[in-house]
Amino acid sequence: MTSIEAHVQQPYKYGFVTDIESEVVPAGLSEDVIRLISGKKGEPEWMLDWRLKAYRNWLKMQEPHWPNVKYGPIDYQAISYYAAPKQQPKLDSLDQVDPKLVATFEKLGIPIEEQKRLTGVAVDAVFDSVSVATTFQAELAKYGVIFCPISQAIREHPDLVQQYIGTVVPYNDNFFAALNSAVFTDGSFVYVPNGVRCPLELSTYFRINASSTGQFERTLIIAEEGSYVSYLEGCSAPMRDENQLHAAVVELVALDRATIKYSTIQNWYPGDEEGRGGIYNFVTKRGKCAGTNSKISWTQVETGSAITWKYPGCILQGDNSIGEFYSVAVTSHRQQADTGTKMIHLGRNTRSTIVSKGISAGRGQNTYRGLVKIMKGAEGARNYSQCDSMLIGDKCGAHTFPYIDVRNSTAIMEHEASTSKIGEDQIFYLRQRGLSAEDAVSMIVNGFCKEVFKELPMEFAVEATRLLGISLEGSVG
Amino acid sequence: MKKGKALLEVKGLRVAVAGNEILKGVDLTIRDGEVHAIMGPNGSGKSTLAQVLAGHPAYTVLAGTAQYEGKDLLDMKPEERARAGVFLAFQYPVEVRGITNSYFLRSALNALRRERGEPELDPIDFLQVLEAKLKSIGWDDSMMNRPVNEGFSGGEKKRNEILQLAVLEPRLAILDETDSGLDIDALRTVAEAVNQLRNPKRAFLIVTHYQRLLNYITPDVVHVLADGRIVRSGGPELAQELEAKGYDWLRDGVMVS
Repeated sequence: MTSIEAHVQQPYKYGFVTDIESEVVPAGLSEDVIRLISGKKGEPEWMLDWRLKAYRNWLKMQEPHWPNVKYGPIDYQAISYYAAPKQQPKLDSLDQVDPKLVATFEKLGIPIEEQKRLTGVAVDAVFDSVSVATTFQAELAKYGVIFCPISQAIREHPDLVQQYIGTVVPYNDNFFAALNSAVFTDGSFVYVPNGVRCPLELSTYFRINASSTGQFERTLIIAEEGSYVSYLEGCSAPMRDENQLHAAVVELVALDRATIKYSTIQNWYPGDEEGRGGIYNFVTKRGKCAGTNSKISWTQVETGSAITWKYPGCILQGDNSIGEFYSVAVTSHRQQADTGTKMIHLGRNTRSTIVSKGISAGRGQNTYRGLVKIMKGAEGARNYSQCDSMLIGDKCGAHTFPYIDVRNSTAIMEHEASTSKIGEDQIFYLRQRGLSAEDAVSMIVNGFCKEVFKELPMEFAVEATRLLGISLEGSVG
Repeated sequence: MKKGKALLEVKGLRVAVAGNEILKGVDLTIRDGEVHAIMGPNGSGKSTLAQVLAGHPAYTVLAGTAQYEGKDLLDMKPEERARAGVFLAFQYPVEVRGITNSYFLRSALNALRRERGEPELDPIDFLQVLEAKLKSIGWDDSMMNRPVNEGFSGGEKKRNEILQLAVLEPRLAILDETDSGLDIDALRTVAEAVNQLRNPKRAFLIVTHYQRLLNYITPDVVHVLADGRIVRSGGPELAQELEAKGYDWLRDGVMVS
């Protein structure tokens, strides 16, 4: 063990369990369970029908095994698909929220009480299968911005939900998206009307608490013509020896001249040093630049989860639309990540930018997988891709699978890739200038990720930097 | 000349890297204010001596001691040595992507200031400290906004090392082949900067293969390192003798002695 490895390992900081009485639906998946979930949410008939359609499709689908990750079989009948704290919050008043839940979110750095709220950020706090509080709803409503749990949106804004749900990620898109479509519980709904620049950062925090459950949230963001919204999601879960499944779906729709900026700081429990426990993070995220001159920008900082499988992508349908993907993925200990993006160019003069930074430490395995597809009609399309991998130690791995499919000869594609290794020489250089080994690693890694971090909303960039420092602590050799 | 206090005292130092013994018993005493040059053929162990004094983890000390300001230098971590005033100008300075030269140097200076119980400098105060030092190596602050050593030419990297030396103001500055890869103008600038930094409270250990740097920096003592041992020590004239005769005569001398 080198001097750097010898540093004290900081345990996963968010691994506590909230002791709260929960209503947990017995494990297992069936049409009855889906009816039960739909009933609990007070959903209209069409929503239940959509769920059942998804479920019946899912039954015929196979779990994908093409990702570059290894895990044992998942028993979908051993998972509980609904867990909620017993005292249901009344959504019209935050005073009704169970103090234990308020304390939980406070401990996670997400204060939901009025006097402690983060300024400039509206938060939807999701605990297991339900949203427990959404701040600043009334203030946002003054601008016509709807920000609420998706279950509330299904009840209160059914037309909007029905018009857009499944239009970007269809219910039969893939195995995990189909599962989500059948059983999704909460998640956020955002609607920004014509010409409105959303005055606050919108943020959802997902917390898994109950054991033997899965979390299946669904988020839908609609940005009308000429609007702008910046949204950020964060998450965490208790430390447990069992693996828990998290299969989310996120759909974004940007109409003419609209911009959606979607940022993720993913900090699910990653499992222990030996790879016991941790979240399986199997997620489908996709945005559609439906309008001309629209823009969707994904920024993700992935430090948690035992296994990550996600490819936030953009369908660039509108002419001159822009898709961006900025990613930092860290795999430490025995974490595995297979992540990247899909940029589908349909419209003319569409542009996409991909900047991916993979960091592997310990026995972590980090795979970048990205698709850039230029369709026939995408005259003048451009893509720039940059994939950088950093290795810390000699037992980890970095892999890159770029897929490029160009069907229009006017397209311009650029792809750059690099692999570097943090070596003892690099760390020694910084230590020789008086920096501690931890500060040296943190400086090197932060410098490596700078192009991505600068895309994060200011309020969260600091958090991301800190998170990265923690997840790599003790892993340099 | 009245001799200063011993700043560094190395005795019987034996060092191995990857199982090969490189230094086979080095004795060296450097006093406050002195400039020592270590010369020697390739593979003689010059750089090993520089690296091991700075605490590079790849080197294993087999035997011997090194006292710095009366403390056991070999027992200190690299950053502890740096904070105690030991500075190594690297032969191959490392690049740090995405971190500006200015941020890096300020972080380093603040690490030293913390150790000394001095307040940390904010970017504006730091700029003031930096300005005069930049001038001494003939730079403007455009170099400070570039990532550390990234895309720097060989000469720029070496100047950057000297800039760091000037800002961090060590008590013992070790220059590891700082002259290699420098053209004559750069060599002169670097030498002048070093001469400006000479003072009774600061000692230098200059590791070099060639004598040419010593045309500009006159050392107090010249040592010749061959096959892991200091085989000869003398005044500045020894450097000139080596330049004229090369190293071979020494090697022969070692063999017969």
